[in-house]
Amino acid sequence: MSTIDALSSHSPRRTRTFGQREVTETVVPIVVSLVTTTLLFMLTPLDGGFGFVLIAAAIFLAAFYVSVRRTRGAIHGIDRVVGVAITLAAMLTATPLILIVWTVFRKGIPGLSLNFFTKTMEGVDPSSGPKVGGALQAITGTLTQVGLAMLVSVPFGVATAVYLNEIRGRMSPIVRLMVDAMSGIPSIVAGLFIYTVWVIGPGHGYSGFAASLALGILMLPTVARTSEEMLKLVDPSLREASLALGSSQWRTVSQVVLPTARTGIVTAVILGIARVAGETAPLLMTAFGNDKVIGPVRALHEPQSALPLLIFQLFAQDQRQRAWTAAMVLVLLVLALFTLARIIGRSRKTG
Amino acid sequence: MNTSTINLSAPQLAVDSGDSVSPSVVSAPSDMALRAEAVSCWFGKRKVLEGVSLDVHRKSVVALIGPSGCGKSTFLRSLNRMHELIPGAGIAGSIFLDGVDIYSNELTPSVIRQRIGMVFQKPNPFPAMTIRENVLAGLKLTGTKAEDPTSLVEWALTRASLWNEVKDRLHTPGGSLSGGQQQRLCIARSLAVKPQVLLMDEPCSALDPTSTRRVEETISEISNEITVVIVTHNMQQAQRVSDTCAFFLAEENQPGRVVEFGPTLKMFSNPSDSRTNDYVNGRFG
Repeated sequence: MSTIDALSSHSPRRTRTFGQREVTETVVPIVVSLVTTTLLFMLTPLDGGFGFVLIAAAIFLAAFYVSVRRTRGAIHGIDRVVGVAITLAAMLTATPLILIVWTVFRKGIPGLSLNFFTKTMEGVDPSSGPKVGGALQAITGTLTQVGLAMLVSVPFGVATAVYLNEIRGRMSPIVRLMVDAMSGIPSIVAGLFIYTVWVIGPGHGYSGFAASLALGILMLPTVARTSEEMLKLVDPSLREASLALGSSQWRTVSQVVLPTARTGIVTAVILGIARVAGETAPLLMTAFGNDKVIGPVRALHEPQSALPLLIFQLFAQDQRQRAWTAAMVLVLLVLALFTLARIIGRSRKTG
Repeated sequence: MNTSTINLSAPQLAVDSGDSVSPSVVSAPSDMALRAEAVSCWFGKRKVLEGVSLDVHRKSVVALIGPSGCGKSTFLRSLNRMHELIPGAGIAGSIFLDGVDIYSNELTPSVIRQRIGMVFQKPNPFPAMTIRENVLAGLKLTGTKAEDPTSLVEWALTRASLWNEVKDRLHTPGGSLSGGQQQRLCIARSLAVKPQVLLMDEPCSALDPTSTRRVEETISEISNEITVVIVTHNMQQAQRVSDTCAFFLAEENQPGRVVEFGPTLKMFSNPSDSRTNDYVNGRFG
């Protein structure tokens, strides 16, 4: 008796059990589904892994429904099947990402060596092995161009968001419409535009800076609209509290609203970077490409390489191995930027 | 550019010079901290408040009571020029702080709000700031330098009866406190700018009874030094904390008006108007 009392009062009751009945309910449909699908694929001309997964999943759901309904009734049957179907759908959504990352790494790692990060392609035959040459010029190029693009688009994007959500001027609807329209600009058109008004018009020529102008145009609407959404999440009563203390609107925005939305604005910048870091089309007619490392100052008037551009050019030269490795580095770079931005966003908020 | 100190002291000077009576003598006009004259408020074309005139004695607590939608909060917000922040809001009449019209063109809303603070219905400490930073926020936001910030923090938190609970964690975020503590932090934040008047818009409606009691104690204590105007739906609270009471009422499709204004004791025991009697005894509203 005392043992039971101790058990019942000291350890929480397990309300979600996975006992004999649940195992039978789940295992039987799995077996049925696998056997039926295998037979189906053996007896009919059906083929292919993806098709197998889809058909097996469909048969499993049907069998699962029948099995649950038999023991617990139709309402419970539907409930479980919908639950499992939604879980499967969500997992299926994540599959392409996992497959892409897996493929990029599988294909990229064989071409990886330290010199990929320390050497350039200057005077290197692209067909020589992974121990010769590298992508330093492209890595620095992408960092420079994205960095310069941020320098333009983050202040303007955040200012636009502040205008739209804090100042709420008369022009707000028009500005919002324009920003939305801007996010629909095809990236190649942004590239052509900069090509016309910067590269050939005034005759500045190809340069990393021209590329960052094009990327800035593409980044701006993402930063502006995402920041606006983040400012909307700031409790209006905080603005009132600030104004009630005698604060001006500018101090309210800069000391209360923006710090409160800091994590959100970092997210907006991340999304902006994600939008442009892999852009290739506008770089073709702006950055143009270079085998040498071009520093941020020289990038103002000299052609510069970039990772997506390098991938495109290597692919065009049928240098698949190097292209895959560059693709992997690009994925890693974007991931690193994401992580960095997350850390900044988090540490500032708690510290 | 005028510094805020000059602007702050200007209205006080105006009273002293305009008043022939020596400041040491307690005379009727200088005894009034706030005076509202025929205040009417609009939201767009809808008039929500009409002809409200009230005199608020210095260092007294005035409770504004009445059913929902009768304009008490609107009136409260017009007292520190928060009403005008709502798009389409309009106001008529005059409000005098120490004899100076707060709506006069020479004064900015910012100066008025530094002298007439406000505590809101829902506790709203700044989430991106620590407890200490929250208390000092008013100074930072108005660009005022504190002579001794550390003792100001202690002073304000002590007045809001929060000091003992938070003195060891002043550098933790303000949002980490309980709801009642957050509201007292907001009171401390308002007190730190040393206002003459503190407006409170149902400050206890989101709090548990214990926190409510502590806030009420705080109100009694601070009313030794400053004037408090409080909106409340809690009749017991109005009785407990206020010296005078104003009963607001809006008849159907009519703007809100003050039905009765007088000493709290009289309002609850022997009101002149039958509607006041009905309301304070819970017969409607």
